[in-house]
Amino acid sequence: MSLTPPIIAPQAAPPAAGPATEVVLAVEHVSKSFGENHVLQDFSLALHKGENVVVLGKSGSGKSVLVKCIIGLLPPDAGTITVLGLDVATLDHEAMDRLRARVGFLFQSNALYDSMTVRENLLFPLRRHWLDHPPTQEDELVTQALEDVGLGHTAAMMPAELSGGMRKRIALARTLILRPDIILYDEPTTGLDPVTAREIDHLIREVQQKYGTTALIISHDMNCVRLTADRVALLVDGRCYAVGTYAELQSRDDPRVHEFFA
Amino acid sequence: MFENSLLDETGATAQFAGRFFREGFRPRYEVAEFLHQCYVVGYQSLPMVGITGFIMGMVLTLQSRPTMAQFGAESWIPTMVGLTIIREMGPIITGLIFAGKIGSSIGAELGSMRVTEQIDAMEVSGTNPFKYLVVTRVLATTLMLPVLTILADVIGLYASYLGINLKGVTTLALFVNNIFSSLTFGDVLPAVIKTFFFGFAVGIIGCYKGYHSNKGTEGVGQAANSAVVVSSLLIFVLDLLAVQITGLLGFN
Repeated sequence: MSLTPPIIAPQAAPPAAGPATEVVLAVEHVSKSFGENHVLQDFSLALHKGENVVVLGKSGSGKSVLVKCIIGLLPPDAGTITVLGLDVATLDHEAMDRLRARVGFLFQSNALYDSMTVRENLLFPLRRHWLDHPPTQEDELVTQALEDVGLGHTAAMMPAELSGGMRKRIALARTLILRPDIILYDEPTTGLDPVTAREIDHLIREVQQKYGTTALIISHDMNCVRLTADRVALLVDGRCYAVGTYAELQSRDDPRVHEFFA
Repeated sequence: MFENSLLDETGATAQFAGRFFREGFRPRYEVAEFLHQCYVVGYQSLPMVGITGFIMGMVLTLQSRPTMAQFGAESWIPTMVGLTIIREMGPIITGLIFAGKIGSSIGAELGSMRVTEQIDAMEVSGTNPFKYLVVTRVLATTLMLPVLTILADVIGLYASYLGINLKGVTTLALFVNNIFSSLTFGDVLPAVIKTFFFGFAVGIIGCYKGYHSNKGTEGVGQAANSAVVVSSLLIFVLDLLAVQITGLLGFN
C-alpha cells in the first residue's frame, strides 16, 4: 500500500476549436482494465490536424492498449474516442472499416504477412479497402509507396528476406499506400539498432511533411520522442499525466516527468 | 480443476464452431483464399496420404495372409482387406495423418499470425480475419479429407493387389470383382460421410487452437501440439459415434 497519495496532474484541456486547430482524434476519459489490472484510467488526449504527438510511458504502462482502443481492436470500458469526427464505439462493422481506411496503423511487430511477397502485402489493404480502385493503378501505388520508404527494389521479396529496419519500412509503406489522414505508430523504433531507428524517426517526419498526416506515436525511446514529437503526452498510472513540447517537459521539475528525461 | 478446464475448453470450442456456422455462409465470400487452402490442404497432402495408404494396404494383406492360409481362405483376402480399408482403416488412418500434417500446420500458422499481430493487421485492413483464415480453412479440410480418403482407399487396395501377387497370382479384374461383389452402399456411404466430420474436426480444432494462441512463441508450439492431440482424439470419438449410429441405422 502506498503511503503517499498518487500525484494526479491536470488532464490535457481540449484545445479551442477552429480551422487552425481542428481536432482529428480525441480520447476523452477512457478507461480500460484487464481483470484487476487497471491499464488506462480516465485518459484524455486530443490530436490536432497535421501534428505528431508522442505518448511516452514505461513498458507495460498501457500505451499499446491505448492505440488498440483507438483503432477499435479493443473496446474501452469507459470514455469516448472520436476519430475524424466519428465516435468509434457507435460504428458498425462497415463504418469501422471505412474509418480504418483513413487511419493507418504501424504495428510494433510490423505484422507483415509471412506468406505474401512485399507487393502482395501492400496490395492486401488496398484491395480490401479501396474496392473500386482500377487494377491498372495498383503498380503505380505500390511503386510510389515503396519509393516513399526508399525500398523500391523489394516488391518481389518475401518478408523473411528483409532486415528488421526494412520490414519496418515496408510496414510503413503498407500503411501509406492508403494515404491515411492519421497514422498510429506503435513503438516504431523498438528492437532496431540506433542508426536504423534514427532513419525510421526521420521517415516519420518526412511522411508528416510530405502528406500532412497526423500521427500518434507510442514510444519509450527518448531519441524517437525528441526527433518526431510536436507534443509529448506522458502516460503515468493509466492517466495522461502531462502534455507539452519536448523542451517544456524536459525543463519541468516534477520528478515523475523528470525521470523520463534524465 | 481439470474437469472445469476441460468443460471450459469444450464450451469455447463449441462457441467457435457456432461462429463458423454463423459467419461462414454470409458474404463476403473469400473464394480465392478458399481455393488456395484447398490446394494447400488437399493437393499438398497427396504424397503423404498416398504413401500411407499404400503401406496400409500392403501390410494388411501380408499380415493377414498366413492366418487366412491356415483356414484355406486366401481367396477371401481381397474381400476382407477391401472391407477393412473402406469401412475403417482408410478413413481413420487418413484422418490421423491429416490431423498430424494439416492440424498442426493450421495451429502453428494461425498461432504465429496471432502472436505477430498479423490477425490484428488483417482486421485493420478491412478484412474479417475469422472469415479469411478460419472459414476458408475449415471448409477446405471438411471437403478435402473425404477426397483424400477415397484416394487413400484406392491406393491401399491397389497395394493389396500387389501384396497378394507377391506370393500368389491373381488378376486385377478378379481382385476388383471380389471386392465389389461384397461391398454395399451401406459400407461405403457411412465411411465417406464420417470423413466430412473428421475433416471438420481437424479444421475447427486447428483453427481454434491457433486463433486463440497466446504466450508468444511458446504458445505457438502449444497450439500446434494440442491441435494434433485434440483433433486425433476427436477423430476416434467421432468414429465410435459413427459406428453406433450406422449400427442403429442397420448398416453394420
